[in-house]
Amino acid sequence: MITRAPRIVTSRVELPDSFTLERYLATGGYEGLRKALSMTPAEVAAEVNKASLLGRGGAGFPAGRKWSMLRRAATTYLVVNGDESEPATFKDHMLIEHDPHQIIEGTAIAAYATGVELAFIYCRGEFALGFERLQQACNEAYEHGALGADVLGSGYGLDIVVHPGAGAYICGEETALLESLEGKRGFPRIKPPFFPAAVGLYGEPTVVNNVETVSNLPWIVSHGGDAFTALGEGSSRGTRLFALSGRVARPGWFEIEMSKTTFRDLIYDPSLGAGIPDGKSLRAFIPGGVSSPWFGPEQLDLGLDQDAVGQAGSMLGSGSVVVMDSDTCPVRAAWRIARFFHRESCGQCTPCREGSGWIEKIMHRLEQGLGREEDIELVLDACDNVSPGLGWPPKQTTICVLGPSIPSAIVSVAKLFRDELLVHVKDGVCPFPPDKVRRG
Amino acid sequence: MGHLSSDNRARAKAIVACYPQRRSALIPLCHLAQAQDGWLSEEAMEDIAGLVGCTPAEVRGTATFYDMLHTEPVGRHVVTVCTNIACMLAGAYEVLDHAEASLKISVGQTTEDGEFTLEEAECLAGCDNAPCVQVNHRFFGPLDADGFDALIEDLRSGRLADTVPPHGILSRVDRNVGLPARAHRLGTVAGKQSGAATGAVPE
Ligand SMILES: Cc1cc2nc3c(=O)[nH]c(=O)nc-3n(C[C@H](O)[C@H](O)[C@H](O)COP(=O)(O)O)c2cc1C
Ligand code: SF4
Ligand code: FES
Repeated sequence: MITRAPRIVTSRVELPDSFTLERYLATGGYEGLRKALSMTPAEVAAEVNKASLLGRGGAGFPAGRKWSMLRRAATTYLVVNGDESEPATFKDHMLIEHDPHQIIEGTAIAAYATGVELAFIYCRGEFALGFERLQQACNEAYEHGALGADVLGSGYGLDIVVHPGAGAYICGEETALLESLEGKRGFPRIKPPFFPAAVGLYGEPTVVNNVETVSNLPWIVSHGGDAFTALGEGSSRGTRLFALSGRVARPGWFEIEMSKTTFRDLIYDPSLGAGIPDGKSLRAFIPGGVSSPWFGPEQLDLGLDQDAVGQAGSMLGSGSVVVMDSDTCPVRAAWRIARFFHRESCGQCTPCREGSGWIEKIMHRLEQGLGREEDIELVLDACDNVSPGLGWPPKQTTICVLGPSIPSAIVSVAKLFRDELLVHVKDGVCPFPPDKVRRG
Repeated sequence: MGHLSSDNRARAKAIVACYPQRRSALIPLCHLAQAQDGWLSEEAMEDIAGLVGCTPAEVRGTATFYDMLHTEPVGRHVVTVCTNIACMLAGAYEVLDHAEASLKISVGQTTEDGEFTLEEAECLAGCDNAPCVQVNHRFFGPLDADGFDALIEDLRSGRLADTVPPHGILSRVDRNVGLPARAHRLGTVAGKQSGAATGAVPE
């Protein structure tokens, strides 16, 4: 069902000057922050708790609960994660380019609620225009008095620094992100002890929240937590941005009320994905980023709901849905995902560093039609070495969850498309048409 | 005198001042050096090391971890073709093959005239415009072979000079309003606790 939910994070992003302070103020900008500053920090946190806002960065952890776990200390930090590099995820990129002030306002609200005086927005380096707009918006926010020593005349002081990344997927992982922000290689830290809420940036307690997560805060404070929980169902409340890509007629981002809308709606509704082009049919789809196990047509009627998708054996993850049609070679798709992990593994853990390489090689020869039947078991065995048992959620033997994410796609192919794998082996060639640019 | 121009040295100091610990400015300063030179030279890394309080080897060791920091010279335009899942399904490898043939170079190489360096990228978060290409980290797409050639032509002729600054320039806007005063105060605290590199930048 497509519901008429309000646009919470995308209310102004389609306006041509959506990123300017002028437009932001003309459309209710910084009113949420003003209201927050008239409340106590505890009251603001309570409102966000009431909203049951789940983190939008991939793990889906409740934002209010995360804030309450912050170790008490003289200095605490807030870092907003704008490193968005999970393949096929492109919602934060859009928010950064088109509504930077909303991110700054949300950051300020989160900072106020958690007693932070210096916050960082880590912007993926490849988002040059987005970085520029965040810098500009920060300058404007200081001029407007929404940042600085006396935020909107409240006596509360907050500084925000926009920090550019430099191209490394792993820096999206929160502890790698903190290393990167400290001017080092993006090596994830071992948890425990390095849970950011306990030992984060410069060793101080640190909240890390995603760009979309904080973008919800101005609306939640303005409209109240109850208005947010009135949307969605169960633990999945409010709206969420979904990034739809692959073989669909209308790829793009869509802000959708959680739980109520199904994958079928998202992919087929004329106002959303508008179906699969060229008269092809659906072969499979990836429900939540390339780290998530794949679904087939049988799961199309699942709601876009964190728990429902979890129970079905996958995850809503980063909110990106990739559609594969009947022309798509699932082996090739899985190989490309393995290649990505191999290239982006930071190299600290042997199972991830070595495993990703072997998995990529075996998948490549299978896809090329150069594999043997035993390769199917061999690649699954390699996956099992990375994440023992190959269950869901995956077992972790590594420092971060990049490693255990590697098997998802491979196991999906072995489960859903064993016949297609065997045809590759038997025919000695990929039976699917090559991926071609579709014209028009 | 260091390698950075006096103008950029002033900008570098303003950036360092944003952080409680100097080392945090390492990546922003690498970007600054690339904005000046188009790439990250040995001399620039030495300069940065002095500014953030670490050794040149530490700057190099960090910089080489990151795809966007080039410790060898690159072309004026760095063209990155994404071939990750969404772009691949839209024909990105076809575009990449065409790019190699059309520019007469392989991935990782630079054209003889120094105009173009070709790279293959992982997902650039532009998948709604797949196949997606960046030039100096500005977005283009969806592109087919003809679209790619037209883009190259526009770049050669300078028609895109406003949208695509020379390689290395990320933001054309500096943070120059209300530089964080808090960073220093917090830095003193953090610095005392951890004995980390904080405080004044050497001349
Ligand atoms: C390999 C890896 C990559 C990640 N990439 C991102 C990312 O690009 N953006 C993001 O917000 N979170 C990413 N995360 C999740 C973060 O570690 C963290 O959970 C999140 O930023 C917390 O924000 P939230 O609670 O608001 O969702 C990644 C995690 C892993 C393991
Ligand atoms: S699991 Fe992989 S990416 Fe994560 S820390 Fe280990 S080697 Fe690095
Ligand atoms: S897959 Fe190419 S931009 Fe995302």
